[in-house]
Amino acid sequence: MLENFINLYHGFYIAGDPFNILLMVIGILLGVIIGVLPGLGGANGVAILLPLTFSMSPTSAIILLTCIYWGALFGGAITSVLFNIPGEPWSVATTFDGHPMARSGRAGEALTAAFTSSFVGAFFAIVMITMIAPLVAQFALQFGPAEKFAVYFLAFASFVGMSKEPPAKTIVSMMIGFALAAVGLDMVTGQLRLTFGFSELLNGFDFLIAVIGLFGIGEILLTMEEGLEFRGKAAKIDPRVVWKTWKTLPKYWMTSLRSCIIGCWMGITPAGATPASFMSYGIAKRVSKNGKNFGNGEIEGVVAPETAAHAAGTAAMLPMLALGVPGSPTAAVLLGGLLIWGLQPGPMLFVEQAEFVWGLIASMYLGNIVGLILVLTTVPLFASILRIPFSIIAPVILVICAIGAYTVNNNVFDVLMMMVFGVLGYLLKKTNYPLAPLVLAIVLGDSAEEAFRQSLLASGGSLAVFWSNGLVSSIMGLGVVAGLWPLIAILFSKLRGHSAQPA
Amino acid sequence: MEQAHGAGGAGPKQRAVEIGTALLTLLFGLIVVYGSYLVGVGWGSDGPQAGFFPFYIGVIILGCSLINLVQGLREEDRTLFAEWGQLGQVLKVLIPSCIYVALVPFLGIYLPSVLLILLFMIWLGKYGWPLALAVALGVPAFFYMTLERWFLIPLPKGPIEAMLGL
Amino acid sequence: MKHFHALGLGAATALGMTALSMLPASAAWQPTKPVEFIVPAGTGGGADQMARTLQGIIAKHELMPTQLVVINKSGGAGGEGFLDVKSNKGNPHKIVITLSNLFTTPLATGIPFNWKDLTPVAMLALDEFVLWVNASEPYKTAQEYEAAIKAAPDNTFKMGGTGSKQEDQIITVAIEKALGKKLTYIPYKGGGEVAVQLVGGHVNSTVNNPIEAVSQWRGDKVRPLCVFDSKQLPYTDKIQGDLSWSSIPTCKSAGLDVEYLMLRGIFMPPGVTQEQVDYFVGVFKKVRETPEWKQLMKDGAFNQTFMAGDEFKAWVEQAEKTHKGLMQDAGFIAAN
Repeated sequence: MLENFINLYHGFYIAGDPFNILLMVIGILLGVIIGVLPGLGGANGVAILLPLTFSMSPTSAIILLTCIYWGALFGGAITSVLFNIPGEPWSVATTFDGHPMARSGRAGEALTAAFTSSFVGAFFAIVMITMIAPLVAQFALQFGPAEKFAVYFLAFASFVGMSKEPPAKTIVSMMIGFALAAVGLDMVTGQLRLTFGFSELLNGFDFLIAVIGLFGIGEILLTMEEGLEFRGKAAKIDPRVVWKTWKTLPKYWMTSLRSCIIGCWMGITPAGATPASFMSYGIAKRVSKNGKNFGNGEIEGVVAPETAAHAAGTAAMLPMLALGVPGSPTAAVLLGGLLIWGLQPGPMLFVEQAEFVWGLIASMYLGNIVGLILVLTTVPLFASILRIPFSIIAPVILVICAIGAYTVNNNVFDVLMMMVFGVLGYLLKKTNYPLAPLVLAIVLGDSAEEAFRQSLLASGGSLAVFWSNGLVSSIMGLGVVAGLWPLIAILFSKLRGHSAQPA
Repeated sequence: MEQAHGAGGAGPKQRAVEIGTALLTLLFGLIVVYGSYLVGVGWGSDGPQAGFFPFYIGVIILGCSLINLVQGLREEDRTLFAEWGQLGQVLKVLIPSCIYVALVPFLGIYLPSVLLILLFMIWLGKYGWPLALAVALGVPAFFYMTLERWFLIPLPKGPIEAMLGL
Repeated sequence: MKHFHALGLGAATALGMTALSMLPASAAWQPTKPVEFIVPAGTGGGADQMARTLQGIIAKHELMPTQLVVINKSGGAGGEGFLDVKSNKGNPHKIVITLSNLFTTPLATGIPFNWKDLTPVAMLALDEFVLWVNASEPYKTAQEYEAAIKAAPDNTFKMGGTGSKQEDQIITVAIEKALGKKLTYIPYKGGGEVAVQLVGGHVNSTVNNPIEAVSQWRGDKVRPLCVFDSKQLPYTDKIQGDLSWSSIPTCKSAGLDVEYLMLRGIFMPPGVTQEQVDYFVGVFKKVRETPEWKQLMKDGAFNQTFMAGDEFKAWVEQAEKTHKGLMQDAGFIAAN
């Protein structure tokens, strides 16, 4: 342990080099731009800039690339809050409360909360990496298909059953998501399904296309219905909004801590940042006193998913370095970079390339601090975007959505699909179908089915595989509890008598 | 947006739209069931076949759509979905957007973007030509520089760009 | 996606396809705008890594006057990427890197394309396959592992691999045939994931490419048993203890008569001129001379065979026949 700190000290010496600090600033700024543009995710950004770094030293190169990653993580929140368009998959849950806050003139607060939570989550994860890296790496190896399925099950269970909408509509919405996720190549049998011979459908429905349409375009249509006013226009731009928000944040420490732990766990397993953010939001909504107000602009509803997403995004670096298995698509691209620089990620990296590894870890600390300062200074700037009249900003958003939809798969057909989803989003929202379960199902449906069927292949078709060892049984058990939570809660309140206020 | 709209104006009824949506999801469910049937919906020796999950998902969609349909039919025929005026506003955005999206495969993304922003600002926003032109040309130019030049991500291009040799 | 690049050069190609002649045929052809480099696989996989390394090498050594832009089109087991190239007839500003899915995807899924729809440019290298087990397993040699499989009932041993009805599963079926026992094949999304599942003990063995599993080998987490090639690998740098790639025996010598190599080649859309093909052959010849490329070859223990022209065409033709046979035997051909 002590050895780790000495190593880390050396790491700071390397990362604190002025040239490397400059790279951090450039990386964060590029990352924020990448994160803001929907479709152009962190993985893309890193992949595109990877070849440019071949002439740098590996440490400088990885500092630049990871800072792009941090920047993209920060930037994803901006469009979610301002326009209801998540720039990154893990920002979807941030829209649930972040955008209502912006609509009621509290965009600055929402952005501050989002950025600060991101920082807290990432910082927690880095501390964890510093302290217990080898231990945690072992834990990640325990996760086979059955354990992964259990995690997805838990994510669904903690998120469903919490919407106010009619159950039949919630189920339809979620099942549509599952069905869309199933389109394309079935990984397990290698067969095409639900494509009906259209080559455009080979790729299936990317969840970003659905989200850009359902949330982004749908939102514009809803706004139009209420006249050409963007209601956030009334927002006053107060440069002190950061301080004011910070004063209110400490009371959500419990939510933050819980989200940090969920995030780290999901980042390592490697289920990734997206389920982490949904799970954290779902649990916060159930546990919080203000749970009933979630979805109407509750700051806690921004803190929970953002903290978890960033803890997960950062923790995902650990299995990449220690095992050579990427915890996220971006980590996968970084992994390719490591190989090109002649670094073999895996068990020996910490031993053979200690300088590189600890330089990287130190740069995570510095990069996140630099990033937080940079993005916080932009809060008033971004919040003021909402003051631009709707008839200018709306077509620009449409263009950004179209570009975003195209860049996901470099496919023009996706731009058409985005519009279809937009109309669908408007229609479903007006008829009280919840959109969140649909999105969650598109994101996780495919992976969940894959893990389920891989488990069954391994077990020869026996369902007992999901209760076959302590780890998988306990996660499944948690999932069952989470799924039945609404019933349990009702039971509890009955037992306590009817002193609590009616639901 | 979930509150019922008042009886201030005329417009399509919520009931009709509810029924329509339920029919739409019903149709979607049928397509899913049929598509799954094509690839096999059984349970093979080593777990489910490719169409197993989608098939039951489709069946659930069908079932729940029927419930929603019945509930839609039972609903009172009073609340409005939206007033005609409001729908008109929505269509003012929706129709140009659809045309925009339909043009992208043929003209690339840049030219339709310029047209869309111009139309929006002049027709809906009542702005003057100078500002409208500045925004309409500036935004695509910005994306050309950042995406194509900086990040090397080619966006769809049409005959105009080909003529300019971009 | 519609592109309007009708500005081909030259009059007729060796394939007998014509293109519009707009410029004097004397000037050697060069790209005039960024060249799209299609990767028919996801970000971070083996083909993607190779494509991005090529992009970096070409940019660093300024081997082309314009940029090379990597684009992933992974839908339908890569079918999306190949269809895109196929439909861009005569477009010289597009190249595609291939995996074995050039042969397996159309056979397994019925997606309508064939290598004959594309213009072969060059073979960059061949990727090797190695049989790996977890280092904690008692099997020190391929013979011991084979004996264990033969002694146990069908489906006792689990083989992890990338994708379904693709190269890894083809090799698995070939092993099953050679040993007369069934293995349980479990498909995963990427090679790196497969290697980690092996380390975690969730499968018994894998047929990972060298580059996918080398780091786990260095950490003594996995053990290579044999290589699916006709001769041992030439790389003698020490990797784990005293072992190097060259110390792995061939599977044939271990009584497992299975050979398989995966093509890492470059193709262009149909209807491009010979001159344009020659240009890219020249570029890749220069790439092979760079130290970065040599390092990649060494790290991944690649088979460095380079081919172009008719020789390459003949090789691809033969490889297609082999795959057809293997897929037919395994029952992987799509019904429709």
